[in-house]
Amino acid sequence: MSQTATKKLMLFFPRWESEKPIIYHLVKDHNLVVNVYRARITPEEEGYLVLDVTGTEEDIQRGVDFMRTFDVTINDTTKGVSRDKERCTHCGHCVAHCPTGALTIGDAATREVVYAEEKCIECLACIRVCPYGACASAF
Amino acid sequence: MKTYEQINDRISSGKAVVLTADEIIDYVDKKGIDAAAEEVDVVTTATFGPMCSSGCVLNFGHSKPKIRMSEAWVEDVLVYTGVAAVDVYLGATQTRHGDPANMYYPGEFRYGGGHVIEDLVAGKTLQLFALSYGTDCYPLREMRTYFTIDDLNQAIMVNPRNCYQNYNVAINDSAKTIYTYMGCLEPNRKNANYCSAGQLSPLLNDPYYETIGVGSRVWLAGAQGHVYAEGTQHAGGGPRSPDGLPMGGAGTLALTGDMKQMHPEFVRGVSFRGYGVSLGLGVGVPIPILNEQVLQRTCVRDCDIPAPVVDYSTDYPQNSGKVICHVTYAQLRTGQIEVEGKKVTVGSLSSYHKALEVANLLADEIRRGDFLLAKPIAPLPKDTVMKPMPAREKP
Repeated sequence: MSQTATKKLMLFFPRWESEKPIIYHLVKDHNLVVNVYRARITPEEEGYLVLDVTGTEEDIQRGVDFMRTFDVTINDTTKGVSRDKERCTHCGHCVAHCPTGALTIGDAATREVVYAEEKCIECLACIRVCPYGACASAF
Repeated sequence: MKTYEQINDRISSGKAVVLTADEIIDYVDKKGIDAAAEEVDVVTTATFGPMCSSGCVLNFGHSKPKIRMSEAWVEDVLVYTGVAAVDVYLGATQTRHGDPANMYYPGEFRYGGGHVIEDLVAGKTLQLFALSYGTDCYPLREMRTYFTIDDLNQAIMVNPRNCYQNYNVAINDSAKTIYTYMGCLEPNRKNANYCSAGQLSPLLNDPYYETIGVGSRVWLAGAQGHVYAEGTQHAGGGPRSPDGLPMGGAGTLALTGDMKQMHPEFVRGVSFRGYGVSLGLGVGVPIPILNEQVLQRTCVRDCDIPAPVVDYSTDYPQNSGKVICHVTYAQLRTGQIEVEGKKVTVGSLSSYHKALEVANLLADEIRRGDFLLAKPIAPLPKDTVMKPMPAREKP
């Protein structure tokens, strides 16, 4: 039995693939636990889905292979929320609004704001509150 | 005891001992006040944060034929033309023409005066659109042209109020989210925002304005500017802590400097959702260590500086003057304060990180002999209080 892993994925759907029950098959056929962060899948429109899948590495690989049988773009590196380090002034306004501690003051002496992407659940609070427009959404 | 002249001589010869207001605390602890006052020439202070009362005077030069602008917009942001022909004043909080503002609450305010100032300093090409009623000496009625800061004769920042000595901690007592110039405040005191560099902030290191006055040379976003007057709403006469630190806003500085010498990373457009636009600005102020007392005051610590917690849902907008309690900057920097028994998450609008960067850049310039201190030509008043606006019947 291989180790359980969690993998974050970002899926882009073309207009003609937005009606397929992909999540259902990930759960039922590939034993994956699915956690959807953000989704916009409207019939007859382009869509996106940001989720993480948890299961054995084999199951995750089978699930990803299954998704590739559709005309779906799978991006497993880019995150849905990004922070432009040049625009960030490290004021720390976002820190109080970030519910998961993805944005924190790293070092008490320099008070630099650090962003731990893996903790981000894409609630988009930082985008709404950042006075300098340093945070952005991929969608 | 040292004089400005002696300190400037040491700076010019590249021998000045310069520390930031952050470093001086431990230094004095280690060396003792007398030895440190002998050794140290300058302590640099700094702040970086939104400073709404900022703007700039631009001179475009004369077109052919000439125009006396009566209305003008830079990047669709209205500028003030009630000065000479091709002079304008661009204010940091002016919203862009056509911005729906808070019509669809809370508005986003993506671009405005502060962003134009940022783009100017960054060397971007901007659009000027100007109208005129036309005169015999200035016949042109309309002008649309594109320019960069290099095309301008002058681009002088003129900020009526910067560097508030101390500032409120904003909190929301109501049951709905509010959007303020102190950021987004969640209902029922869920979060609080503060806006000061605390122990690094210029006027907290010189609480009685003994060295910072009209004529003091300052580091304004990288340019060598100066204090041209007391800032608007300067109120040095308010209540003080036993250490002499103001219990609220208190002193302010009016600053000016050449925008052509500024660094874009310290001149940044600000968008406050539901409130408007502003300008984020980095300012550094050197303090000459004239004697032990001046040095002692630069050793101020976050744990000694009181900041008033104010409700921005009712008390601030209604001008009630009520302060819920005082907390220290040391408490604020932990990310959590306690207000009347409730733990409140804290965020900041002032960047200590950027302020440290400014304090260090200024210290380096002084050490290199590139930044001399200017002795004030007039002190800032210590005894004034802020007057409210009376609503009077016509006499």
